Amino acid sequence: MTMTKTRAPMRMSIFSLIPLLLIAGPASAPAAGAEADFRAAYAAAEAAEQEAGHLRNQWTVTASALADAKKAADKGDFDQALASAKEAEALAKASIFQATSEKEAWKALEIR
Amino acid sequence: MASSIRVRAIAGGETTEVQTLIQHPMDSGFVKDAKGEFIPAHFIQELSFEYDGRKVFVADWGTAVSKDPYVKFSFKGGNKGDDLKVSWIDNKGETDTTIVKIQ
Amino acid sequence: MVLVLTPLRLALAALGALALSVPPAGAADTPDPAADAKAFRNYFVRKFPNVKLEEFVNGPYALNQDMHRQWEEKEQFPPYEFSLEMGKEMFAMPFGNGKGYADCFPNQGIGIRQNYPYFDNKEGKVVTLELALNRCREANGEPALSYVEDEMAALTAYMAFTSRGKPFDIRIPDDPRALEAYQNGKRYFYARRGQLNFSCATCHVQNPGERMRAEVLAPALGILNAMPIYRSEWGGMGTISRRFTTCNSQIRGVPLDPQDEEYRDLEYYLSYVSNGLPISGPGARP
Repeated sequence: MTMTKTRAPMRMSIFSLIPLLLIAGPASAPAAGAEADFRAAYAAAEAAEQEAGHLRNQWTVTASALADAKKAADKGDFDQALASAKEAEALAKASIFQATSEKEAWKALEIR
Repeated sequence: MASSIRVRAIAGGETTEVQTLIQHPMDSGFVKDAKGEFIPAHFIQELSFEYDGRKVFVADWGTAVSKDPYVKFSFKGGNKGDDLKVSWIDNKGETDTTIVKIQ
Repeated sequence: MVLVLTPLRLALAALGALALSVPPAGAADTPDPAADAKAFRNYFVRKFPNVKLEEFVNGPYALNQDMHRQWEEKEQFPPYEFSLEMGKEMFAMPFGNGKGYADCFPNQGIGIRQNYPYFDNKEGKVVTLELALNRCREANGEPALSYVEDEMAALTAYMAFTSRGKPFDIRIPDDPRALEAYQNGKRYFYARRGQLNFSCATCHVQNPGERMRAEVLAPALGILNAMPIYRSEWGGMGTISRRFTTCNSQIRGVPLDPQDEEYRDLEYYLSYVSNGLPISGPGARP
């Protein structure tokens, strides 16, 4: 009990930092900076998703996150677009990891 | 065109057991097609079974009945070789009827 | 004596040592389909000691008495009847050029389902029944059918029906490419994919008979013998292609294109390990 009580405020402070940083970004440099960040993140996510495609192991959720990012960017909400693009990249990377490790790991499931 | 109704009626002792399978989309009107438009409601409203000039089973159906519905029931009487008439009419006025021999 | 060893000999000796060390590792990786099929079958027989071997082709309905009674009732008036009739009509209808499906297949296409998929030595690839049907259409100037829609399901339903009771007879010819296709199918079957990190085996080897929401999972043994299937959940018929692609999307993986090489190899593997079990398609499933 005491553990969770002491930890909770810490966790809160970490999470509250993120929006602060996000707000700080556009405030110091105008929207162009946020857009550039999004474009870079989106390109990275797309590249990762393409690699997953070469490995024949794309995830449906990655495609949705990419679509969400694009939708938010079209509306000019680059913070949301950046968050979705980063999520898409993380998902694509996870699918790449899965495909790579399963090149050998599938054997563990085989009935012998 | 092949009939939309499949029936098997088997006389046994005092009753006749009837099984029917009907081919019908039974669209509820709440489902959208690939373009995102509602598929209009299209469903069987009445299904009836007639034996020896009288109706032995009538079903008033609505949109909650599944696609290609199946019905099974028994009625008193019915002899081997007799006719059983099955018909349905849907909300668009389409209809189908078939007559089978009781086995 | 030792002094006489020239560098060449040393190299040869080293090669010999390598050669000696390779075979055991290689042997473990060299697929042995016959042994695989035996192990596969034994696994299910041991897991379900009360189910007769030929009953596995009835999927979840085989696994307990209650389900089995439901199945018997359903089979008296099967929901795939309409599709079967449509398939029979389609099969008999000649193409624009006067030829028909019967001209493309051995024995006029009757009673041959159990021989598909087969490995085509000329092409070096696996040919499934669905693929062969579309190739037949295209060779006769007809457009290909969708692999996941009703027409293809109806055609395969009819062809399966004429083959009911015949045991699966999938051959792996003496061709390294055939063995490779088999192994590739096996790998696809066991490899985890999708965000849910499931393989085919997660459901159909580790958990048959268990519930996935309201459904009872089918055993992988004999699973293709019943194809195509009428699924109450779909409200219609589904081909093997439809089953594979929806399985993939349900675990949040992007499905490959129907009849992509991986799917064909998967069908080859999965059919092979069910060799000897009778064709029961078309089937009806909850």
